[in-house]
Amino acid sequence: MVKNKDLNIKVEYITRVEGHGDIVVNVKDGKIEKCEMHVVESPRLFEGMLRDRSVFEAQHITSRICGICSCGHTLASIEAAEDALGFAPSAQTLKLRKLLLDYEFLDSHLLHIYLLAAPDILGVPSFVPLIKTHNSVVRRALRMKKAANDVCDILVGRHVHPISAIAGGFTKLPSPGDLDAQIKILESMGEDMAETLKLAATLKFPDFHRETEYVALVSEDAEYPLLSGDIGSTDGKRFKKKDYKKATNEFVDPRSSAKFTKLSRESYFVGALARFNLNYAKLHPQAKKAAESLGFKPVCHNPYLNTVAQLIEVVHCYYHALDILRDLRKNGVDYSQAVVVGVNEKGTIPVRAGNGVGAVEVPRGILFHNYETDAKGLIKQANCIIPTNQNINNIEHDFMKLLPEIIAAKSREEITLALEMLVRAYDPCISCSAHYLNVKFVG
Amino acid sequence: MNNAPITATKPKVAFFDFACCEGCQLQVANLGEPLLDILGAIDVVEFREVMSEKWDKDYDVAIIEGSITDHHAEERIKKIRARSKVLIAYGACAATGGVNGMKNSFQLDEIRQYVYGKDFKFFDSAKTRPIHQVVKVDYFVNGCPIYPPELVEVLKCALRGLPYTVPDNPVCSECKLNENVCMYDKGVACLGPWTKAGCNSWCVNNGNICYGCRGEVKNPAKNAANDVIGKYNLSSDLIQNKFEMYNKCKEGDTNGKK
Repeated sequence: MVKNKDLNIKVEYITRVEGHGDIVVNVKDGKIEKCEMHVVESPRLFEGMLRDRSVFEAQHITSRICGICSCGHTLASIEAAEDALGFAPSAQTLKLRKLLLDYEFLDSHLLHIYLLAAPDILGVPSFVPLIKTHNSVVRRALRMKKAANDVCDILVGRHVHPISAIAGGFTKLPSPGDLDAQIKILESMGEDMAETLKLAATLKFPDFHRETEYVALVSEDAEYPLLSGDIGSTDGKRFKKKDYKKATNEFVDPRSSAKFTKLSRESYFVGALARFNLNYAKLHPQAKKAAESLGFKPVCHNPYLNTVAQLIEVVHCYYHALDILRDLRKNGVDYSQAVVVGVNEKGTIPVRAGNGVGAVEVPRGILFHNYETDAKGLIKQANCIIPTNQNINNIEHDFMKLLPEIIAAKSREEITLALEMLVRAYDPCISCSAHYLNVKFVG
Repeated sequence: MNNAPITATKPKVAFFDFACCEGCQLQVANLGEPLLDILGAIDVVEFREVMSEKWDKDYDVAIIEGSITDHHAEERIKKIRARSKVLIAYGACAATGGVNGMKNSFQLDEIRQYVYGKDFKFFDSAKTRPIHQVVKVDYFVNGCPIYPPELVEVLKCALRGLPYTVPDNPVCSECKLNENVCMYDKGVACLGPWTKAGCNSWCVNNGNICYGCRGEVKNPAKNAANDVIGKYNLSSDLIQNKFEMYNKCKEGDTNGKK
């Protein structure tokens, strides 16, 4: 056991997160000199590449920022493009987009809960050893993940880089048979869903609390806001989507070259726990029931429990999706709304110069896309602010509180694991953030 | 003659990612329970996105996702190649450069500065290259994302030492069999006539156009293509511009190919 007067930790390439990130800790004579999370993904320069592409291609391109979040990027991109064009989507289109978002949440949260986070809680390095020790759990995880993926395939062609969801609407609308197939797949997930909740009740998470500001979409209506609404915070802030820069307040910290965000205090949190804390009352009754059975209540200040908030959202999105599907089955789909857009060669959608913002809750938190277009519909400026970028500042503030609490009693390995688990609890998506996040250099 | 005894040890397979969205490895995870059958036949020794385990010996098969976009990546892929018996480039970013290639349409310092501002020099970035422009590649799985049945097919070939050739007929040949209405007849330009098949005309089946993600066929039917462009009164610039979304890196194949 190291009694941690001096401590140097460098975790290169944090595993079981999307993308490449490092943790760097330096403690000298018991004093924390450095406790940071670095992003080391190679930059892909998406905003730069978007320039002079048609705004009708923006969805296709920005979906490729991240495979895991491709439906989320798709929806934020479409909203920004339509806002720039001044195009208002139909009620049916919005309903189908909300369904797509439900599927994105199911797929992404299940991946994180079972394959990325659970191994820590069960004390193994990955899900691979669990194939032997917890075979039925691994099979259930893969089965649920596949089901979430399959419904998405039916709705938009595929989950990784959806095909039919574009600016203007959907290029293909689900047939009654497609709706039935989705309902059937979701219904067949019911038992696995119940087992997942039972498993969750047995898991123990680290006890750590730090009060911070939680930021997510908020709205006046009764629906748990994932697609529509304003930007709100637990410190009482509220902004229209157009004014997203007032919420993110990007700044450069002198101790590194990274761009951080903050709102009312030193840092803020986005993601499942932020949504849970802000919008608990609007969760589906079944999701609230699940939260109650786990004794999980808002406002919760333990970031490790973001994983539990994700689980509650899995329940919410599952039932919300079923509600939408049954409604579409009952009231029918208007197939005349299917669109053919391409790069708008036919002039299907009137084009104007504009500046549009998309702000959508995606699994890891609120995601912003902002495009400025010219009169021909070509993108002149593009900006994306990713949930993980917004959370890195908050993660580092958690580090600064957590480290002194555990440094005396725990070994170097235990401390490393506690920090890694904390990062993983945020479910960071570094592929996403690397599109512009600045890398910090040590020493 | 008796069959040769099957070697007792399973092939050591590792997954690596470079600049990409990691969507292709997600396609692997999305195979669901059949994934366990594949995992039963191979020994996955490294897969950072889902595993913390590391391996320090040679790889029988290295499966590479993503493009080479900086100097660190170039060194890393060379080291992986040196330790790998067989190397598979999977997904458009690795196999053909994919959307990362659009970066090559800009002056490198200009686009870096646009995204990172005055600190751009801190962020190493080089011209985008698909894997085969840096090291030898034994198998290609084209597409953005990969079409999972094709990956399974390529894996089977790679593990048995059999060759695999990416289909070189146009997407239209599959699209016709799927009885889709031609996108040109719907009034929009589609890259199907110029793009390698093998995806089962995935995008057109779902009402969208082909974006050319699997790369250009070796011998496009130029006269037929010109007929299409002429018949629908399209500018060749429109087609060229669409093509550059995925195929800008092709330029690197003609000059200085390794």
